[in-house]
Amino acid sequence: MTTIAELPPGFADKVLSAQSTFRSVMDAMARPGSVQRIVPMAGAPDMMMRGTAAIALTLFDHDTPLWLDARLAESSDIVKWLKFHTGAPVVQDSSIASFALISDGAALPPLERFALGSNEYPDRSTTIILQVDSLDAGRNFELRGPGIDGVATLGATIRPADLFERLRVNEALFPRGIDVVLVADDAVVAIPRTTRVVSKGS
Amino acid sequence: MNAPAYNFAYLDEQTKRMIRRAILKAIAIPGYQVPFASREMPMPYGWGTGGVQVTAAILGPQDVLKVIDQGSDDTTNAISIRKFFAKTAGVATTTATDVATVIQTRHRIPETTLHENQVLVYQVPIPEPLRFLEPRETETRRMHALAEYGLMHVKLYEDIARFGHIATAYAYPVKVNARYVMDPSPTPKFDNPKMDNCAALQLFGAGREKRIYAIPPYTQVVSLDFEDHPFEPYRFNAPCALCGAENSYLDEIVTDDKGGRMFVCSDTDYCEGRQAAGHHGSLSAAPYKEKAGSHG
Amino acid sequence: MYVAVKGGERAIENAHRLLANARRGDQSVSEVTLDQISEQLGLAVDRVMSEGSLYDRELAALAIKQARGDLIEAIFLVRAFRATLPRFGASEPVDTGAMRVQRRVSSTFKDIPGGQILGPTFDYTHRLLDPTLAEGFVPEAPATAEASTAATPRVTDILGRDGLIESSPQAEEGASVGDLTREPLNFPADRDLRLQNLARGDEGFLLAMGYSTQRGYGRNHPFAGEIRFGEVEVEFLAEDVGFAVPLGSIELTECQMVNQFKGSATEAPCFTRGYGLAFGQSERKTMSMALVDRALRARELGEEAVAPAQDEEFVMSHSDNVQATGFVEHLKLPHYVDFQSELGLLRKLRKEFAEANAEPMKEAAE
Repeated sequence: MTTIAELPPGFADKVLSAQSTFRSVMDAMARPGSVQRIVPMAGAPDMMMRGTAAIALTLFDHDTPLWLDARLAESSDIVKWLKFHTGAPVVQDSSIASFALISDGAALPPLERFALGSNEYPDRSTTIILQVDSLDAGRNFELRGPGIDGVATLGATIRPADLFERLRVNEALFPRGIDVVLVADDAVVAIPRTTRVVSKGS
Repeated sequence: MNAPAYNFAYLDEQTKRMIRRAILKAIAIPGYQVPFASREMPMPYGWGTGGVQVTAAILGPQDVLKVIDQGSDDTTNAISIRKFFAKTAGVATTTATDVATVIQTRHRIPETTLHENQVLVYQVPIPEPLRFLEPRETETRRMHALAEYGLMHVKLYEDIARFGHIATAYAYPVKVNARYVMDPSPTPKFDNPKMDNCAALQLFGAGREKRIYAIPPYTQVVSLDFEDHPFEPYRFNAPCALCGAENSYLDEIVTDDKGGRMFVCSDTDYCEGRQAAGHHGSLSAAPYKEKAGSHG
Repeated sequence: MYVAVKGGERAIENAHRLLANARRGDQSVSEVTLDQISEQLGLAVDRVMSEGSLYDRELAALAIKQARGDLIEAIFLVRAFRATLPRFGASEPVDTGAMRVQRRVSSTFKDIPGGQILGPTFDYTHRLLDPTLAEGFVPEAPATAEASTAATPRVTDILGRDGLIESSPQAEEGASVGDLTREPLNFPADRDLRLQNLARGDEGFLLAMGYSTQRGYGRNHPFAGEIRFGEVEVEFLAEDVGFAVPLGSIELTECQMVNQFKGSATEAPCFTRGYGLAFGQSERKTMSMALVDRALRARELGEEAVAPAQDEEFVMSHSDNVQATGFVEHLKLPHYVDFQSELGLLRKLRKEFAEANAEPMKEAAE
């Protein structure tokens, strides 16, 4: 058992670190496929990448129901750290989650189990934060859509391997949909629901 | 007494988180108005509180901020907002469009082409483009959900029937990424083409109406029109009297009470930059005459 | 040669210095103190606390002083300060049945348990300007008696015991209370949010809306079941302690209207409710609020919503005086860029109109 005092710390400077982290995530969301770096570092419990920890500290709070994959939910350190630093309520029902944290991409549930928003309120949808192996090497992908000047390319190693095939559901759902933030250590790439991704092989 | 103590960029962190989440959703759904719990700001609703909240949520110490109202850095409201951020966030401010990283604007888009490292934040009074056709939020929300924009086209067509033209000169509606009809804020329609495929991120904040929306960079933005009545940006047909620019939006300055008029760039930074580079206009207050073909 | 207008920054500074002087007025006249405002303009302070949504007499008095007595400006100052305060949570519901009443009147029964208590009121004063108040007036000491220990149950509770009035809906256990300052408002809105909106709403707006229902625009046959003013305890449930901790007491005015009854084949007819609550002594506000609350329940009670006061979007979107004054007054800001665009269009249309109308004459001349 870890006591609160033993939990890894949050941001040293809450205000400026959150601002800097947000700008990286905002730039990532505005320019899908671009790799943004998260600079400010917080302590992170095991299984949580430092980029993920910074995003959690920046965007989660009492108002954001949070869904954790099985591996994270089973870790009392992770749950305690999130509760202590963000106050976000951890929920069992993924369909009401504002955010979902996925450490084990192989266990990503079917996307329709998350909140997809409604046609009236498409913003009421889950943002999935998915930890991946690499955002600079691996298979090559081509991305098109708002935020991209023509075509963007991304080399990444991602589980589940069919993530982008699964995200194609966004095309038919729009304006409803799922937005994804990929994290590899301190690197972040966002795939909003408007981005179309095709695999170019490795 | 509970003496007030204020946070960096004024807003408390919880409010910033809420606004930041709304901004991310706004970017993910281009042109869709995300509801947010707008706060009371220390300036009146209708005076830029939406833009101020968006700017406060994104601004960091490394940013360089420019604030314009009517294209000018020196209008009183622009000065007031710029001072607010200089004081509460200690950020560097500028009047030069190309060095600014965040530009908050009311009613204009700068003439200088924006680049990738910039965010343009618009102050929006009425974010709902359908509001004047249908006052009920419940109805307009349904129309957006179904992408049912017939009413807007009927309105524009009625203009053509009555006046021979679409009688909308500012806040001219656009369609974003071929889905949402969006209000560009009360910018003159001259500025509409600048929104299309823009390298900078464009964020819109409506404080009183509690909405945030966005146009990501490089996103298609089309001004609504008809094949037989295509969209035409309006500009008074004259060079700027100060810098001679022939492609900038002009303010009309009344110089006397005998019909004297002159036309100068509304974008003061652009105009000063051109003058500094050696461009000159007539500089004289030429009387304005209603001449056939002198405008349109 | 033309030079663009400059010097806005200095103009603003000078204007604010001028304002500070105008606020102070003639400096040979002594300065008004916050205590004076709080004690002698108490109802203004009450209104600023209510519509400013912040119970703090001292800050409200400061706001009134800073705003030169412009109450909407003072409400705005308080709201802007309130917006920066961290929110710890929601208090337990206050029990107005246990209020230490200073004033309590019912128009529906001649006498009620605990009695009718007239208290400090303008009612039955003759509105004659009183020159003795101009200066140096010392009021006669008020009549006093032992504080009554008799309970003062709410009139609506008495009616409720016999089922004559609809029961007040019980709060769902554990359900959070809506807060339109933290969550964006969506329509249709639940009653908790409507009441919050009305409690913050402009007294004049609510007065006009309530009045319009009396004149037939959404009439709902109101009786002033009870108006009470006094002190109540505020308690906060501290999770880590596990019980409610008293935070102190505040002054409130509550109005419960008893309205037109409803009923159906399956439901016995009973009166319906309209509710008003405000900080301090604010009777006009709470009565108007109760009328409008009842009018806004039209949909829920199966009535046809046709009048302005029954229109939720209309009322809730326009009740807030801080929003309203900002947007009305923003017309002072420069609009010359959009005006110029409009001007260009109008000139073009006029030119085309002139040309079109000149043509027939030309043809006739040819």
